Amino acid sequence: MKRILLMGNPNVGKSVIFSRLTGVYVTTSNYPGTTVSYTRGFVKLGQEKAEVIDIPGLYNLQPTSEAEHVALSMLAEGDVVINVANATNLERSLYLTLELLEKNVPLVIALNMWDDTVHRGIEINLEKLQEVLGVPVIPTVATTGQGIKSLVETVETLPPHSRTAAPPRNRDERWKTIGAIVDQVQHVTHRHHTWSERLADATVRPLSGGIIALAVLTGTFLSIRWIGEHLIEHVLDPFFDGLWSPVVLTVSRFLGEGFLHTIIIGAIGDQGLNFVESFGLLTSGLYIPFGMVLPYVLSFYLVLGILEDTGYLPRLAVLLDTLMHRLGLHGYAVIPTLLGFGCNVPAILATRILESKREQFIAATLISIAVPCAALQAMIFGLVGARGGHYVVMIYGILFVVWIVLGLILRWAAKGFTPEILIEIPPYRLPTWRVVSKKLWMRSLGFLAEAIPIILAATLVINVLYAAGVFNAIADFTAPIVTGLLGLPKEAVTALVIGFLRKDVALGMLAPLALTNGQLVVASVVLTMFFPCIATFVVLLKQLGVVDMLKAAAIMICSALTVGSMLNWIL
Amino acid sequence: MTTRIITTLATMRAGESGIVCGIEGGFGLVNRLAALGIRPGKKITKISSIFRRGPVTVQVDRMGQIALGFGMANRVLVETAEDTH
Repeated sequence: MKRILLMGNPNVGKSVIFSRLTGVYVTTSNYPGTTVSYTRGFVKLGQEKAEVIDIPGLYNLQPTSEAEHVALSMLAEGDVVINVANATNLERSLYLTLELLEKNVPLVIALNMWDDTVHRGIEINLEKLQEVLGVPVIPTVATTGQGIKSLVETVETLPPHSRTAAPPRNRDERWKTIGAIVDQVQHVTHRHHTWSERLADATVRPLSGGIIALAVLTGTFLSIRWIGEHLIEHVLDPFFDGLWSPVVLTVSRFLGEGFLHTIIIGAIGDQGLNFVESFGLLTSGLYIPFGMVLPYVLSFYLVLGILEDTGYLPRLAVLLDTLMHRLGLHGYAVIPTLLGFGCNVPAILATRILESKREQFIAATLISIAVPCAALQAMIFGLVGARGGHYVVMIYGILFVVWIVLGLILRWAAKGFTPEILIEIPPYRLPTWRVVSKKLWMRSLGFLAEAIPIILAATLVINVLYAAGVFNAIADFTAPIVTGLLGLPKEAVTALVIGFLRKDVALGMLAPLALTNGQLVVASVVLTMFFPCIATFVVLLKQLGVVDMLKAAAIMICSALTVGSMLNWIL
Repeated sequence: MTTRIITTLATMRAGESGIVCGIEGGFGLVNRLAALGIRPGKKITKISSIFRRGPVTVQVDRMGQIALGFGMANRVLVETAEDTH
C-alpha cells in the first residue's frame, strides 16, 4: 500500500488536512506543537487505498525536540510526501521544501491558509512557483476543505518516479535560493496594522500582558465553573432526581435485600437514595461520571478548545517563561500543564514538545502531583464546595504552593540545564464553531470511553473487597500512617487505594465517612498528590521509562505524606 | 544625521527596528534562528521584552513573530539607525 506523509512547519495545518483526507479526527489547535506523535489514517486514491500519516511539525531536517525526531524517522518510510506549506509565510516554509527536494521522494506541495493571503496583501504566482520548484503546488484552505479534492487527485496521478533528487545545497545556499524564489513569485502590498495585531502585541508586553493574562485565566476558571454548575443544576440533577431515581427505586424493590442489591444499588440510607454515597453500579457508578464529572469535562474542554484555537497560549508561555525557568522548565511547559487540568494523560504526552529529558521529567512529575484533572476537580467542587467555597480555594492554594516548592526542589535536584525558549507566535485567529465543537465532542467521548468502564469496575471491586473484609485488613494495617500522620479515619485508606483506579470515585468514597472540613481538605490534597490514576501511571511509564517513573513515584509518595501531615498539624 | 550602530536584540528598546547583521553562536543556534527568519540581512522589529532577563518577542520581516530567550537575544547582533540631531 502506498504511504503518504504529511510534513511541514509547525502550526501550518497538517492535522486539519489529515482529518480532511482521512476522516480520522486528530486534535488541532492554533499553536505549534499540538501534534507530538504520528497518527495513521487511510484515503481512497481512485480504486486504491493509501495510508496517510500525520507527522509533528518540522522547520528543517535537523531535529531538536523528541517530536521532531519522530517526524524525521518517518521520512524513510514514505512513498509520497505532501509538504504542507504556509501561504502566508512562504519564505519559512520553503526551507523544508528545499531539503525535501534534495531527497529522492515524490513531492506535492499543499499551499495551505490560501484564504489568508488576500487580507494580508500577499499575492503568489502559483504557476511560477510550480515551475521553479518542479513539483505540483495545490492551494488549500484546510479549515473549509477547499483544494483537498485536487490535492487527492494530484497525489493519485503522480508518477512514482516523477523527479530526481535536487543536488544537495548547504544552508546559506538554500536561503539564498529561497530569497530568489520568493522575489520571483510573491508580491506583498503594504498595509496598516489591524486591530488584532495591536492586541497581539499588547498581550506579550510585560504590564499589559500580565493584566490580560490574569483576566484571561480568571475568566477561563469562572466560565468553566459557571457552565459546569449550570449544567449540573439545570440538566443533570433534574434528570437524576426526577427520572433516574424512580427507576433505581423500582429496581431496588425488585432485587430485595442481599449482596446483589449492594452491588447494583448500594446502601440506601434513612434519608432515602443518595447517589453519591450509596456506591452501587446504578447509583454512584453512573452518577459520579455523568452527574458530577461530565458537566465539568464538557465545560473545561469547551473553554480550553476556544482558548487553544485563538492562539493565546504561546503568548502566555512567553509571559510565564521567567517564572517557569525558576522551576526548571521553560514557558512552553504551561501548555501541557493547562492540558493537565483536563486530564493528566494527554498532558504528559504533550510534555514531548519540551526539548530536554530533564524538562520532560520535571513537567510530568509536577503535573501528576499538583495538577488535579477535571474529574477530580469536579468532585472537589461538588463535595468540598458544599462545605464552603473557601475550602475549595484553600485546596487550589495548597496545590499551587506545592507546585512551586516542588518545582524549585526539582530544578535544584535534577541534573542538566533548561534550554531557552524559542517559539513561533502564531497570529490570533477567531476560533470556528465547527472546529471547537468537533474537538469538544471527541474529547468528551474520549473521557466517557475511558472513564465509564473503569468507574463501573471500580464500584464493583470496592463492593466485593468490602464484603470480603479486605479493606478492613488494609485499613488496620495502614492506620498508623493514615490516622497517625494524616489525621484521617482509617477507612479513608480505601479511598487512597481506589484512587489508583479513578480519583473521582475515590473522592466519592470519602463522602459517607463524615469527615470534618479540615479532614476533607487534607484528604483531597493527599488524594490529588499521592499517586496517579492507572491511566496516568501507564503513560508516565511509557514517557519516562522505568527508572524515572520510580523516581517520580517516590517523589509523589514522599511529598503527599509530607504535605498531608503538615496540613493535619496546621488545620 | 543618522549613524549606524550595532546592538543586540536584548538591548534594543521595544518598538525599535534594525537589520540583523550577525549571530554569535554555534551551527545549531544559527540553524534554528535561521529557520524562524532571524538571519543576517533580515529586517527585525522588537515588540517587547519581559523584565528580569525574560524572553524577547520580535517581528521578523514578513515571517511572523518569534519569542526567544534573553541569552539567545543577546547573541543576535542588529544594526540600527539612530537619529543624532
